[in-house]
Amino acid sequence: MNLRTKAPEETTVVVGMSGGVDSSVTAHLLKEQGYNVIGIFMKNWDDTDENGVCTATEDYEDVIAVANQIGIPYYAVNFEKEYWDRVFEYFLAEYRLGRTPNPDVMCNKEIKFKAFLDHALRLGADFVATGHYARVDFIDGEHRLLRGKDDNKDQTYFLNQLSQDQLARTMFPIGHMDKKDVRVIAEEAGLATAKKKDSTGICFIGERNFKEFLSEYLPSQPGEMQTLDGVVKGRHDGLMYYTLGQRHGLGIGGDGDPWFVVGKNVEENILYVGQGFHHDALYSDALLASKLSWTGAVPEIEFRATAKFRYRQQDVPVTVAQLENGEVLVKFDEPQRAITPGQAVVFYDGDTCLGGATIDEAYRFGKRLDYIG
Amino acid sequence: MNYFDHAATTPMRPEVLEAMTPYFLAQYGNPSSIHGIGRTARAALDDSRRTLARFVGATPNEIVFTSGGTESDNYALFGAAEANAHKGKHLITTKVEHHAVLHAMEQLEREGFEVTYLDVDSTGAVSVEAVRAALREDTILVSIMYGNNEVGTIQPIADIGEVLIDHQALFHTDAVQALGTETIDVKALGIDLLSASAHKINGPKGIGFLFIKTGVKLATRSFGGQQERKRRAGTENVPGAVGFKTAAELIMVERSERIEQYHGLAEALLQRLDALEVEYEVNGSNRLPHIVNLYLPGIDLEPFLIMMDMRGVAISSGSACTAGSIEPSHVLTAMFGASERTKQSVRISFGQGNTRYDVEQLAERLAEVVSTFTNGVRK
Repeated sequence: MNLRTKAPEETTVVVGMSGGVDSSVTAHLLKEQGYNVIGIFMKNWDDTDENGVCTATEDYEDVIAVANQIGIPYYAVNFEKEYWDRVFEYFLAEYRLGRTPNPDVMCNKEIKFKAFLDHALRLGADFVATGHYARVDFIDGEHRLLRGKDDNKDQTYFLNQLSQDQLARTMFPIGHMDKKDVRVIAEEAGLATAKKKDSTGICFIGERNFKEFLSEYLPSQPGEMQTLDGVVKGRHDGLMYYTLGQRHGLGIGGDGDPWFVVGKNVEENILYVGQGFHHDALYSDALLASKLSWTGAVPEIEFRATAKFRYRQQDVPVTVAQLENGEVLVKFDEPQRAITPGQAVVFYDGDTCLGGATIDEAYRFGKRLDYIG
Repeated sequence: MNYFDHAATTPMRPEVLEAMTPYFLAQYGNPSSIHGIGRTARAALDDSRRTLARFVGATPNEIVFTSGGTESDNYALFGAAEANAHKGKHLITTKVEHHAVLHAMEQLEREGFEVTYLDVDSTGAVSVEAVRAALREDTILVSIMYGNNEVGTIQPIADIGEVLIDHQALFHTDAVQALGTETIDVKALGIDLLSASAHKINGPKGIGFLFIKTGVKLATRSFGGQQERKRRAGTENVPGAVGFKTAAELIMVERSERIEQYHGLAEALLQRLDALEVEYEVNGSNRLPHIVNLYLPGIDLEPFLIMMDMRGVAISSGSACTAGSIEPSHVLTAMFGASERTKQSVRISFGQGNTRYDVEQLAERLAEVVSTFTNGVRK
């Protein structure tokens, strides 16, 4: 099924509007192209204040302003329960295990392209559109998820869990543009959000202090910082506050190279540290990942691809082997630094994002790196 | 006309606009001025005040113009609380009041007053007995709305007024939603303070009044000029007052006609829904005739309202927050507890332009959209 051939004026697109410049321009472009556009603001997080007053957020005010400027109806829809159940619970569970979750991947999979998409389809929409820097194209009978043209902004890493069904109903109208051009369009159109600062960080935490936020939900258990040889180097505030390869916040002084997080022992509540950005313990040559999902047809059992292990990293050549239990073993051509359990490994064939999985374990010379947690 | 949200606001009647226009263009004077054009404005203001006093059975001196229902409620509550704090600090209201009353009460609690929020029954009505039981020696104000803005239920105002005759407590009623259809006589009902608004009765936005019974002292909330007998400073909204008056005059002539119209529309709506085999229950009873609040089992409120809007039909739910926080209606929660019903009910409110034909269309659209939830279509 390819709905993309439908005439714009007969096509209804629900745009997920966040109040930011990217989704504003997304809605604006679709409207210019003649689509029947509806703007919907997703309220995923309850920021109700202590008086129980539900505050109309600034972001929604911006959605209203932009929607009125471009002449589309707008609504706000609440997905707080879905977000809590399907994203936030997962987020906390991963931290409890000492891992570093990626709530943005989960939010795309479960909220934006599931709960929100379902909502849009129920309203009678043909597509949802978002301001992601990614592209979808219908090639050889398949909806391909392609990298955004702006290499610096490409967000396919976060979209790796989308399926054909989801991609078939998805538009990324700014995916072929550079961020700076998006700003130019916003300014030329006089959109209220043209000069608005990009949001940073995880959506529900916003600009708040991450450590403080997390401590509201999970008890922090301070413990020892040790080298892998068992030399105590100090105290940590709680394993959940640290991620592999991290330098900041360790507070270890002394001579020589700076110190980095190289591992975690959740059972004994120990944070492992090592000296030097390129500490050998941070390197691995393979990983095991689960919760595998392909954006298109399932590839061969074993295949060559490139892969990213974190956002905004150059992808590197790998060999992917699909195991019988549904997991994947990914071997890197060159050792990689700080492969982090809980993060996504995402596979590419040229510009096509093939899909991805969640990293569980890392290996070096065939041996599991137990110390990474 | 597919607008069924007249409880939110109403279109202005052309007669109202016509009556107001001269006071924007030619007779733009300030009623406090000592010259001719000022006196013309003053005459129009006083004339409006006389008519509006007659509208609710008051005398002209008892009518203080405000910016609308919310200001009237706030003035009544804060003004009465402050002026009578020496007699007591206890206030009584209900759980189904408009937020202009409820949030003002919450603020008064923060300022040291004690507030009793009375329960209602499953029809949304408060009992006279409950009011009597809640009264204390130190009660200084009872605020109970005339007719509810979400479900339309009319409260036993006359009986409550009677209970309060021998008590020091002032009796305030928010009659904003009731003015279009109910014949209100503040003297007969024992009311001390009554809030009114023009835009709910086909008048202009930005004007309302507070009836303050002669002898009742309220603490002043606004300071400046000596307008409104020093009770509400600021240059008067003369065109607004004239518009309000005109809207009230129309009601006094057409009231029974309108009531009949709304009853007919409600009946037609429910009959058509029956014919279309839509499952529903009406929330509330002994209602203001223009409000029909329907429980539609199985619907999901947010998409439901959007789908109705996409079909060009304007209806509403209790109190959705603007940024997508669906707070279950406090009115329905007071009536039914924390039930699904509070999240599956919509308000239809009739007004002047609505016809039988419109209502048939409304019923068809409702049936169509309800079926997408109950038949699993596109689910």
